[in-house]
Amino acid sequence: MNESQPAVSITGVSKQFKAGVTALTGIDLDVRPREFVSLIGPSGCGKSTLLRIIGDLIEPSEGTVEVNGKPAHRARLDHDYGIVFQEAVLYDWRTVSKNIALPLELLKWSREKRSARVSEMIDLVELEGFEDHHPWQLSGGMQQRVAIARALSFDPALLLMDEPFGALDEMTRERMNLELLRIWDASGSTIVFVTHSIPEAVFLSTRVVVMSARPGRVAAIVEVDLPQPRTGRTREEPRFFELVTEVRERLAAGGADLVGAEAEVEAS
Amino acid sequence: MLGILAWQGLVAAFHVQEFLLPKPTVIARTFWDERGMLWDAGIYTFKEALGGFALGSGLGIIVALLFAAYAPLGTAFMPFAVAANAIPIIAFAPIMNDWFGLLNPFSKMAIAAVLCFFPVLITTLRGLTSVDPRAIELMRSYAANRRTVFRRVRIPASLPHMFAGLKIASVLSMIGAIVGEYFGGPTTALGVTILNASAYTNFPVAWAGIVLASAFGILFYSAVALAERLTTSWDPSRRDFRTE
Repeated sequence: MNESQPAVSITGVSKQFKAGVTALTGIDLDVRPREFVSLIGPSGCGKSTLLRIIGDLIEPSEGTVEVNGKPAHRARLDHDYGIVFQEAVLYDWRTVSKNIALPLELLKWSREKRSARVSEMIDLVELEGFEDHHPWQLSGGMQQRVAIARALSFDPALLLMDEPFGALDEMTRERMNLELLRIWDASGSTIVFVTHSIPEAVFLSTRVVVMSARPGRVAAIVEVDLPQPRTGRTREEPRFFELVTEVRERLAAGGADLVGAEAEVEAS
Repeated sequence: MLGILAWQGLVAAFHVQEFLLPKPTVIARTFWDERGMLWDAGIYTFKEALGGFALGSGLGIIVALLFAAYAPLGTAFMPFAVAANAIPIIAFAPIMNDWFGLLNPFSKMAIAAVLCFFPVLITTLRGLTSVDPRAIELMRSYAANRRTVFRRVRIPASLPHMFAGLKIASVLSMIGAIVGEYFGGPTTALGVTILNASAYTNFPVAWAGIVLASAFGILFYSAVALAERLTTSWDPSRRDFRTE
């Protein structure tokens, strides 16, 4: 991979849905390799839509998305994406091991390679002893760890996460945040992360992209200059609070003209 | 058990005539005395039910797969299938006897098959099409094609729904075979045995036949339920407890 080439390059992306709703307009954004970028914004600002456009799950109405210099469609066929949703979306009929192995089966990895990789992943997300459990036997946090392991199993260049910890309680969420950073550090992948929690965005990211509500636009980009690696202490640093405040103000500023924008949508 | 005791006690206490309602002890004795004839008749009818079940459910599953694979086909024909399900299909039993021959077991299989077809089609199709859209999106993100999505996600996810349909079908197939026989069939069939016994006021034999038919129905249902348990033990909706 060419280090100077962006991992994700979004140019002039807009999305209109058939119902006439403009979800996104004029999005330009580059994500560098190994970055951790959060998309944050009020509900309905199109952040999940943008994530799906990056992952080639829906097509933009205008504009282009390139991933490692390839069109998003090509990148999807090349298995460049690992995706994690708010719910784990595990396949109920498969055990933990077989859920993690599914992408590898589709990639036609040999049985030995698969089982070696699965046990690496089980180690990474600390689920030793649960290999043969079915999803219903796991807590929400454990299910989400399986989903992350599954997304990382085939070493995708880009991890797309749509509010992956949104359904978890605060304590589990903070532990999962630390785990995700550890995994990010160990796996060397690039992460685009959708959240509506300001502290979570600041804690995890190298950059926070603040979006305004309908039609979704990039309202501001906040560089998070907190030192790496982040720890439990990071949340107590004055700089952390400054950044949280900055993001909150940017969100409020984006929200101020969102009232006008929303009125326009409803009028049309 | 209590019900049977109450039945016995009340019939004895009120001196109910045997042609109205025989005592359970009389039915049990008749069952034992006529066990050879009843058993052969039961097996004969159960084979018809089983054949009809296999035929109707098999077709139901195949059509559900087709409708799910080619959505326009499903959209076009599914309303008709749902409407057809409301027709009292059992009314066609005499026609089937005409078409395939009174003594041909296939005439009873046909009616059982038509009875089984619709519930299996409707439940299986629902299972195939009501998969979590994100489960499909994930498969797409792994660059899986439609065939793979079908094999790896839609079909396994449809199993709990399909079994709900198969359980209904197992009961319906036995009803179809017996009612089909009421409109005529060989004297070796259970339905005909029950019909003749009641026509010649041999009520204990008729009741013994009904008991046997129920036993076959319950056994068949239990067999399908067991198959369900073995193949869908992973289904969270079957669980009423969690390990943590």
